[in-house]
Amino acid sequence: MKYKSTVGLAALFVGLLATVASAADSAIPAVPAVAATSALPAVSATTSAAAPVDPMAAINSGDTAWVLIGAALVMLMTPGLAFFYGGLVRRKNVLSVLMQCMMLLCLISVQWVLFGYSLAFGPDFHHFIGNLDWIGSLPGFGLAPNADYAATVPHLAFMIFQMMFAVITPALILGAFAERMRFGPFCIFSLLWATVVYDPVCHWVWSNAGGVPGFLKGMGALDFAGGTVVHINAGVAALACALYLGKRKGFPDKISPPHSLPFAVLGAALLWFGWFGFNAGSALAAGGSLATTAFVATHVATAMAGLMWALMDWFFHKRPTILGIITGAVAGLVAITPAAGFVTPLGALAIGIMVGIICWISVTFVKVKFGYDDSLDAFGVHGVGGAVGAVATGLFACVAINSVANGGNNGLFYGNPGQLWIQIKAVGCSAGYSFVVSLILLKLVDLVFKLRVTETEERIGLDLTEHREVGYTMID
Amino acid sequence: MKYVIAVIQPDRLDDVLDELTRREIHLVTVTSVLGRGRQKGVAEVYRSHTEVGSLLKKIKLEIAVNDQYLGATIEAITKGARTGNVGDGKIFVLELCECTRIRTGETGGLAIG
Repeated sequence: MKYKSTVGLAALFVGLLATVASAADSAIPAVPAVAATSALPAVSATTSAAAPVDPMAAINSGDTAWVLIGAALVMLMTPGLAFFYGGLVRRKNVLSVLMQCMMLLCLISVQWVLFGYSLAFGPDFHHFIGNLDWIGSLPGFGLAPNADYAATVPHLAFMIFQMMFAVITPALILGAFAERMRFGPFCIFSLLWATVVYDPVCHWVWSNAGGVPGFLKGMGALDFAGGTVVHINAGVAALACALYLGKRKGFPDKISPPHSLPFAVLGAALLWFGWFGFNAGSALAAGGSLATTAFVATHVATAMAGLMWALMDWFFHKRPTILGIITGAVAGLVAITPAAGFVTPLGALAIGIMVGIICWISVTFVKVKFGYDDSLDAFGVHGVGGAVGAVATGLFACVAINSVANGGNNGLFYGNPGQLWIQIKAVGCSAGYSFVVSLILLKLVDLVFKLRVTETEERIGLDLTEHREVGYTMID
Repeated sequence: MKYVIAVIQPDRLDDVLDELTRREIHLVTVTSVLGRGRQKGVAEVYRSHTEVGSLLKKIKLEIAVNDQYLGATIEAITKGARTGNVGDGKIFVLELCECTRIRTGETGGLAIG
């Protein structure tokens, strides 16, 4: 029975990939021809109407280097998250969490290059999702810049940078269902979620293909590096997962404490480091001041939020904790993400204070009050922190940092109360969509494959039951 | 021959070993264990969730001795481990039927020493 379901899963995977791959193959021959007529003239038309300009001339070496390094930094965040989460679970489940993260790094990278990027950033389809024109290959193989996104780096550099965001977003969700979801159904859920939740929401907020904005971008919502796309999206999906799957056996009082806080600290440090790529990299250029302001804002808000959480612990629980300070730092990183390129260092400081207090309360009281088992606080930190950040962007955004022409705007404290309302609407749209569609996907995958491990498997631990491996041997 | 098992506070291990050495008792097996007695655990706090662990970290000593050393062994452990607080631990003494030294094949009292 068990082997049968595994074979079934494998067949499904191969079938799925084969379908996509063949679609990509058939698309490739057509693309170079399309590229020559559509994408390239668009670029040259904007630069010079008369003489044809070499589109490659727009490529700036500094910007390209920064975006590629940024992509590498963001890539490291997923293994970093694996250690952050891995340290927080029990010994018997450490590998299952590391494996889920590493699998997403592989699986979503493939999804993205085959069709995910096209759905998210491809030519607009009713302001809701990208169409399938860029499946498998970009116009002109993505060598020339696409001025709709980043005018000075090869289109492929932007594509790979965005890929790392697509990878880490479903990985964030697993904090909510850690220690109790079967691995095969997890893979299928994640692949479906990336396709029907991440790609559309990403399209709403960031897509600008052919100058046609996604619907939240068109509304004027500000999201510098993914507060709505990544954190609210993943955080709310995490809540859906925690509610749908139910509590772990023994929650809350019979669950052992985190098995390796040093791992969690290592993971949090890697996340912090990688986040400079996430936020400062989202400037998509090293030139000008934007990457620098985003870098500074990121660090300042993170430090403040970590400090705030430590102080809250110190005051209310008598002692500051290492788990508290790293949780606060991650909450700070989450909250500054949508705001990083729009706020002053003092604005970032204020966001750090807000998120430190609000996330502390959400983890301390809200989860306990409602009794859902968000194992590693994916919703409490990413969902709530993301919402705080998105709303705070509507308070502290400032055109002196990022001009209107460049996509910035003023927030409430700089005389533009309308921005706050737009931000709240953007939070509501992405949270509502993510919650409902995630629940539907969970139900579907559960009906076909059964999502949750058996009670016996849960007691034994997923390392052994799902992977036939153990994280730690008892005897050298 | 007797088999002495003592469960003590982890932070008293060095003192107990010193006392044993002073009485020329060198052979001892030490294990890190979890256990519970009357002593309450120390509450740990993780993201504001208080965990009152019912199992506490202890050190277990196992010492095989000839009868004439039993008194000195118990005295050494007691002296080294006692703080006067709840949770100082216990000493159990068992009869030991046989003992063989693997290297030489000696048995009984000779093998213990």
